[in-house]
Amino acid sequence: MTKSILLVGVGGQGTILASKLLTIGLVEAGYDVKMGEIHGMSQRGGSVSSQVRYGEKVYSPVIELGSADILVAFEKMEALRWLEYLKPEGKAIVNDYQINPMPVLNGKFDYPDKINEALEALVDTKVFNAAEKAEALGNAKVMNIILLGALIKAMKLTHIDWNQIISNHVKEKFVEINIKAFQIGMDSIQS
Amino acid sequence: MKKLLSGNEAIARGVYEAGVTVASAYPGTPSTEILENIATYTEDIYAEWASNEKVALETAIGASVVGSRAIASMKHVGLNVAADPFFTYAYMGVNGGLVVVTADEPGMHSSQNEQDNRHYARHAKVPMFEPANSQEAKDMIVEAYEVSEKYDAPVLFRITTRVAHSKDIVELGSRKGPVYKKYEKNIKKNVPVPAYSRLMRDKVETRMIALADYAHHSPLNFEEIFNTEIGIVASGMCYTYAKEVFGEEVSYFKVGFSYPLPLEKIKQFSEKVRRVIVIEENDPIMELEMKAFGISCEGYDLFPYQGEKTPDVIRRSLLGETLPTINYTQEKIVPRPPTLCAGCPHRGFFYELGKRKNLLMVGDIGCYALAFAEPYNAMDVSLCMGGAFSMGHGAAKSINMNKDSNMKVVSFMGDSTFFHTGINSLTNVAYNRSNTVNVILDNRITGMTGHQENPGSGYTVQGMPVKAIEIEPIVRALGFEHVRTIDPNQLEDVKQALDWALGLDEPSVIITRWPCVLKKFSKEDKEEFEGLFQNKCKIDPEICIGCKKCIKTGCPALSFNKETKKAVINPNDCVGCKVCLQTCPVKAISLEVK
Repeated sequence: MTKSILLVGVGGQGTILASKLLTIGLVEAGYDVKMGEIHGMSQRGGSVSSQVRYGEKVYSPVIELGSADILVAFEKMEALRWLEYLKPEGKAIVNDYQINPMPVLNGKFDYPDKINEALEALVDTKVFNAAEKAEALGNAKVMNIILLGALIKAMKLTHIDWNQIISNHVKEKFVEINIKAFQIGMDSIQS
Repeated sequence: MKKLLSGNEAIARGVYEAGVTVASAYPGTPSTEILENIATYTEDIYAEWASNEKVALETAIGASVVGSRAIASMKHVGLNVAADPFFTYAYMGVNGGLVVVTADEPGMHSSQNEQDNRHYARHAKVPMFEPANSQEAKDMIVEAYEVSEKYDAPVLFRITTRVAHSKDIVELGSRKGPVYKKYEKNIKKNVPVPAYSRLMRDKVETRMIALADYAHHSPLNFEEIFNTEIGIVASGMCYTYAKEVFGEEVSYFKVGFSYPLPLEKIKQFSEKVRRVIVIEENDPIMELEMKAFGISCEGYDLFPYQGEKTPDVIRRSLLGETLPTINYTQEKIVPRPPTLCAGCPHRGFFYELGKRKNLLMVGDIGCYALAFAEPYNAMDVSLCMGGAFSMGHGAAKSINMNKDSNMKVVSFMGDSTFFHTGINSLTNVAYNRSNTVNVILDNRITGMTGHQENPGSGYTVQGMPVKAIEIEPIVRALGFEHVRTIDPNQLEDVKQALDWALGLDEPSVIITRWPCVLKKFSKEDKEEFEGLFQNKCKIDPEICIGCKKCIKTGCPALSFNKETKKAVINPNDCVGCKVCLQTCPVKAISLEVK
């Protein structure tokens, strides 16, 4: 049975590195894997998504509406934007982190309030602040690896040696902090 | 050995394995990473960013003529630029194999149109391949060179965004080659004067008959019979989408070598199923050819006429249903449009330009196309690469002829776009003398496609330092007498330059020169541009009067706090370009030097 993982966020948040590590791990574990992303103008602060699908045999790299098993939102409003891609019985992992888009920055729109509550009422949701945890570790950028850890735990993919994958694919001086970040992410999800 | 590769990376690998020695391209989403990855084979393949797609294809053709296997890759609209050499080399035929990659964009993720470049194969009468995933992309490239050389034709290799940017597992092969064919002088083959072109024209028709036979026997075109109720005919990514939706509930005819179409083979397939449905993105090309061949089929009328035929579109169109989704209101979700980055050197220019009245502001293709949006409202029209100066020129000629209009024209484009084809349009402004203001926004790199070197940046794609071609001497050599180079972050300089240029009744050029904030700065950048993004600005809330003048710069590091009624700068995003600082009427913004 093919599983679909949707990672969403804002350009520059590191969704691409997280989905790259995820994909490498899945391939090494012997799954057929397809990963899709759209880049282009979205790099300029726009909404971004990475789609990872794995199973015995995967055809399409594209996740269709209502078919993602899990939605990992690196920014909370993006969780709402992409929610229709999630199965009604799927899971959402949401970074309790806000990045204001231009229409909010310039005061034309208000950033929606009570997003976490809205999500929790709709779907099996786990909200936590990966940004804060990353800063506590000393590097705000490892937020993406914390979210990856949470995703791995939630998708029950813990049998793969993620520490090894991080060691092999992250710059040497960042390996230690990324492994710590990954563990923090895993610990934030109850099995 | 197996490796996870995107379609673009797989094409690069296929090019390497096929023994190609020369590659040329101009960046364009979603094709850019093809050449970037080819360029990593520094020992085996010469790779370059050409100044535009026509030049890229001519470079590849030159290499093919003397015997190299060669490639030119581009986005779909790039092939419009390269159409001239493409059509005639199709007559001449190759020596070393030649592949032209076109990366089409159904759904227009990052493009200005949704043109279907499969038409080009028919129009130029050349063979075409359409891979559906990365493995096919790599394998078909290798086969494309065999076909090119065997049938004496350049090959069109058509991918779409999802093939280009999706990753999957690819079994790698080894490099064959390098392949060099012997060059022998052959005027009848290589000089398309009418007398010889008529001979070539015959050859093209004979070639198409031979290629139709290849299409019929190629294992790239195959059927999978599961259920005889419905048979789906599809090529490229559409085949994988259909498989995802229907699995083994329907039968398939998968088209991999897609021009000439294996019509006889498809006809045989159609006789095995009750109903034939063609799934293709963009235009109903296969469907119409199949119908003309007498194959009863459906397609275009069943689907939306535009956009991608992703699994949800197929499910809705053919089954009249969608998978259940979570019901919620999307009303409160605020759009997240792309913006000019904090520190973008285009900001200062557009902040000043957008204030002007009675101006036609003509833009071009690049990050600066975002000038159309709030808060700048500084672009009225744009069209294609390099088109701003010539369109502005035409507009000015019309305005001059029209006694009821006294509108002025300011046209702008980036440095890479200038070298692409803007240089040609600026030549026409110089020659035919329109009183337009022509602005070259030189950010020292090709920005929007992700920082590719260009003739003005001082480096090649394979890292060789070269003499950076200076824009100002070119402009002066064209005969412009009124030329100014300014720092776009200095608002007073921008304002004065615009006042000066708009006050002239002759053509003028303004060059803004400051590097893209996301660029990896070269040694030369660091020497030339002092204090390159090393500082931050901050706002003193005691002094801020909440007038929002700074917010009008559209900088994503700035926001307005509705509760305190003060503007705030996010220190994590600010790079200290000082544009906002210059707009503050009460000097509440100051620079913190690190």
